Amino acid sequence: MSKIWVFAEMAGDQVSPVSLEVLSGARALGDELEAVVLDPQAQRAKTTLGEYGASTVYLGSAPEYGNHVAQPHAAVLAHLVLAHRPDLLLFGATYDGRDICARLSARLGLTVVANALAVNSSDAGFTVLTSIFGATQNVTTRVQGPTPCVLVRPKSYPAEAVAGGEPRVVEVALPADAPRGARRLESVVAPASGPKLEDARVVVSGGRGLQDPTNFRLVEEVAELLHGAVGASRAVVDAGWVPYSRQVGQTGKTVKPDVYLACGISGAMQHTVGMKGAAHIVAINKDRDAPIFKLSDLGIVGDAVKVLPELSAELRARGVG
Amino acid sequence: MKVAVFVKQIPDPSGAGALDPVSHRLVREGVEVVLDPGDAYGVEAGLQLAESSAGEVVAISMGGERAVEVIRKAMAMGAASGIHLLDERLAGADALTTARVLAAAVAHSGAEMVVACTESTDGYTGTVPAAVAELLGWPSLTFAKHLELADGLVRIHRQTPQGHDVVEAALPCVVTVTGGINEPRYPTLKGIMGAKAKPLETLGLADLGLDPAQVELALGQQAVIAVERAPERQAGRIIEDDGSAAQIIADYLAELKVI
Repeated sequence: MSKIWVFAEMAGDQVSPVSLEVLSGARALGDELEAVVLDPQAQRAKTTLGEYGASTVYLGSAPEYGNHVAQPHAAVLAHLVLAHRPDLLLFGATYDGRDICARLSARLGLTVVANALAVNSSDAGFTVLTSIFGATQNVTTRVQGPTPCVLVRPKSYPAEAVAGGEPRVVEVALPADAPRGARRLESVVAPASGPKLEDARVVVSGGRGLQDPTNFRLVEEVAELLHGAVGASRAVVDAGWVPYSRQVGQTGKTVKPDVYLACGISGAMQHTVGMKGAAHIVAINKDRDAPIFKLSDLGIVGDAVKVLPELSAELRARGVG
Repeated sequence: MKVAVFVKQIPDPSGAGALDPVSHRLVREGVEVVLDPGDAYGVEAGLQLAESSAGEVVAISMGGERAVEVIRKAMAMGAASGIHLLDERLAGADALTTARVLAAAVAHSGAEMVVACTESTDGYTGTVPAAVAELLGWPSLTFAKHLELADGLVRIHRQTPQGHDVVEAALPCVVTVTGGINEPRYPTLKGIMGAKAKPLETLGLADLGLDPAQVELALGQQAVIAVERAPERQAGRIIEDDGSAAQIIADYLAELKVI
């Protein structure tokens, strides 16, 4: 009998998509699947977590879970883990998930594997699949010991509901002496237009090869014509050309569109882990040896600054947009 | 105020990485090694905080003999001292062990604040700084793309999928910074010359009061059992742009029924 736990997060009053993906993937791993949700809106999560396979939900809805970052969550989660000893604890690889997992690991001496693309169970225990070196090599790591923790990357599993009933709900109190830690004072939402990067069928991304921030407009124009979302490499986000919310890659978003058009992006591992799941990849890059061409279905060795306006003109000529 | 910055020596991320076929550890010999480019932002942020509070920076690195190079680099940028955490039993250490060693070093240094980058560019685990904070009993301010310190309170803009949160904590605390938060300074010639004379401590597990058995236990909790070539994507067409690229891309998009 093995017991799998998923630490579920909320996005507003809904369960976060990555948590539903992780629950869906976790169902095959053990006999029992249970979820923990610590969020001011946690009451809203019960039914959904049941629908995605959780038989029991440990639920805390203290306002501190919204007003503070990671510390109260990790403290309460540690109590729960010690009381119930799950065989494996999965988190979505999110900002909060990573911080809470890190603190829990330190508190209880639990091992952590990050950036998981898949988790499997066998007679010898649980194994975790990650990829390295620009996703050219797959690494399988076996985890052992008390409640190994795994951070699962978004989009690693499809989110699929099952015919689960209402879960058993166990309300968890936040002890008065639990540490509160850093205070969240305000949430600022960056203005965005067009389809969401994570959900778009077409993503057009720009990188350093565009040479100048003003040339990013060329990427936006093609994205608009294709009703797609605009993405970016870390290099140009770090350089301040576009807001962080556009970043695709390890520290940014993971996308799986039908078509990914990479413009002036060399294809560093940091970027490719976030987009290699695209069904079709088109790359425009001046350097014939750029690693992005190893991933692309159609590679154009050329200057994106020249090709993009030509592509916009060509699309318009075909009545697209 | 004394600010500790974490620095890591990694194989040049622009080079081709390799794993040792037997140990499954990253090959660090015979390859170009550099200061993790993410750490330069952490060092710069630490130096700015120290300068604004008449304090100083201590650069801490865990790694083999050559890790001294990245400590000297941080010193050349302006760090006043360094701690090199060197112990052969730490080879292949996991994130938990790394956090335990770094936390012990921070306590040893007397620093009131730690600045690190959000994750290393070779391993990308990203759990070490928050784990260090937990071990020290400190709050953590992670994924900062903006950082300020006033009256003993540290306030950051923490990245979120939609924008950012404004998050605040009192000292002592751990901060992780993202790339692009500042413009890391280049070491000056004077800085490079001066770095050689700055105090550098080398500490092992015993010096830090850490139990080697605990390190071994943590190492035993995870093991790489296989490394394989990932299934490659279908090799695609590569075309030199002769003026027809736009047409070829549009044709391809039409074939995929995107247009």
